[in-house]
Amino acid sequence: MSAETEKAIHISNPKNRLPKLATFGIHTMFTIYSLLCIIPLILVIMVSISDETAIVRSGYSFWPSEFSLDAYQFLFKDATAIVRAYGISIAVTLIGTITSMIIIALYAYPISRRDFPHAKFFTFFVFFTMLFNGGLVPWYLVYVQLLDLKNTMLALIVPLLVAAFFVLITRTFFQTTIPQAILESANMDGAGELTIFFKIVLPLSLPVLATVALFQTLTYWNDWFLSLVFITKEANISIQYLMYKTMLNIQYLANNSTAAAAIRAAGGEFKFPSESVRMAMVIVGIGPIVFAYPFFQKYFVKGLTVGAVKG
Amino acid sequence: MSTQAVHVDLEQPPRRKAKFIRTVKKYWMFYLMMLPALLVLLLNNYIPMFGIIIAFKNINYTDGILGSPWSGFSNFKYLFMTSDSWVITRNTLLYNSGFIILNLIFPLAFAIMLNEIKNRFLAKMHQTVMFLPYFLSMIVISYLTYAFLSDTNGFFNKTLLPMLNIDPVNWYFTKEVWPYILSMVNTWKSMGYYTVIYMAAIIGIDEEYYEAATIDGASKFKQIFTITIPLLTPIITIMTLLQIGRIFNADFGLFFQVPRESGVLFPVTNVIDTYVYRTFITVGDIGLSSAAGLIQSVVGFTLVFLSNWIVRRIDSDNALF
Repeated sequence: MSAETEKAIHISNPKNRLPKLATFGIHTMFTIYSLLCIIPLILVIMVSISDETAIVRSGYSFWPSEFSLDAYQFLFKDATAIVRAYGISIAVTLIGTITSMIIIALYAYPISRRDFPHAKFFTFFVFFTMLFNGGLVPWYLVYVQLLDLKNTMLALIVPLLVAAFFVLITRTFFQTTIPQAILESANMDGAGELTIFFKIVLPLSLPVLATVALFQTLTYWNDWFLSLVFITKEANISIQYLMYKTMLNIQYLANNSTAAAAIRAAGGEFKFPSESVRMAMVIVGIGPIVFAYPFFQKYFVKGLTVGAVKG
Repeated sequence: MSTQAVHVDLEQPPRRKAKFIRTVKKYWMFYLMMLPALLVLLLNNYIPMFGIIIAFKNINYTDGILGSPWSGFSNFKYLFMTSDSWVITRNTLLYNSGFIILNLIFPLAFAIMLNEIKNRFLAKMHQTVMFLPYFLSMIVISYLTYAFLSDTNGFFNKTLLPMLNIDPVNWYFTKEVWPYILSMVNTWKSMGYYTVIYMAAIIGIDEEYYEAATIDGASKFKQIFTITIPLLTPIITIMTLLQIGRIFNADFGLFFQVPRESGVLFPVTNVIDTYVYRTFITVGDIGLSSAAGLIQSVVGFTLVFLSNWIVRRIDSDNALF
């Protein structure tokens, strides 16, 4: 049977296609579900550009009776807290991701080498951290009492640096993608291990490095747990943690506003569109991730299907 | 000549030390490369593991961790005397069991149906949109739910319920609805992730199976149940068992952020992870918190081993270790 006729059978055979009604049903269902995924975000966007009086009158709605950009104006003019928090988040994400990618690759390479006699031990050393942990209390005490990192930026970076899962993924990638022969010939030419790693291994490993970097960017940007546990003072509040704090008390933003301080000094009461500001901050906070995520997604899918990570 | 030397070493245990030194000499650069990650693992993972002794001590800050008196199992006794211990165990297990089922049925059905959408552009678009919630932090998600559920301004209480002539509901004070809300939020967030995993497995199925089935006259529905699902059984088993291995670990963010720490809801939203956090950070009871944490770690460890053992018996290629 030629490919042509095979294809014809495939297409013309009504049994290999869903009934029209089923196809229509599937399309409708996916359209509805896709809407369900973005509708909450749309609601928050609409609230953030609503006029405060309209919100007080008719609550959060998809089409406010009056639009206003007051919330964003307040955020960028008056709330110095948000600009600072944004800076902290960007710094932590950048430093964390880059450092993490480098030290993960540096660890994964030796344990990927089959001729390295201690590779098995060090693979298990990292793998075991996926199986067992000491729990929150001892972990907290190490950072706060032993290392004295409370309220520092390091406390937001160090705990997420070495993700065991990515070490194993990177190791598997090195093992399966870098031809052993290249390493051996480089060795014979007298190249040192460090030269081999930087000149040969890394350039061949861009896909896995990109995957690790993307996952870590997301982890660092979205992290709030470390701030919740380690940050008690004003300094080093990340954007996620600022969102958490304003969720509990919207006045927190006003306390950090220069305009508010001036008005209070003059004996007045500072008023700001608290309801729309609350939601505007969410939009500002997720901004970079939402714009980057369609690109992220491609690598994510690749990263998820990268395969076995066996130890 | 060198291979000869190694061979001799293996048969002469006294010279193992010499071999170790030779290995270190030859691969010294490797140890140097691993040093930064090793330091982080030691600080972040291994030193805290020794900290589990805290659960057996009566900690006071003047004596420090090592100097504080031992208290045997009294922390555990106190823990099991509280009514919390039953509530948090029940909540953790029930929610996670529900999530495992939901994370199987919906993403699997979605992946199969998404595969039937022949318009590549539409299929890709749906997949991309479905993945969006996975990229949002739990804080953002708690704001999204708040926009609907807020007592005073929420979309439900101000727009939807009045339209249906239903009285407003104080969502954050109504226990009964939260098992459903949390399950929905969890499914909504992880749908894209699990759908992608099952999609990848479906795409990997050889097209010839379907062609042969078509020639034999099998309908599309029959093909799904006789080809697709049977061939997906290994990945379904693995995904489910891996989740069962983590059934004692709740998603801290989901249970901490989404109910906005409403105390009225604790009976249905408190799980082991939130309990450990609150008794330690908010209440300051180190003993009780570390006892609960230790139980969670040990049971979790056992479950991972058990589920991995089962996976290995079914299909050793898919075992984690």
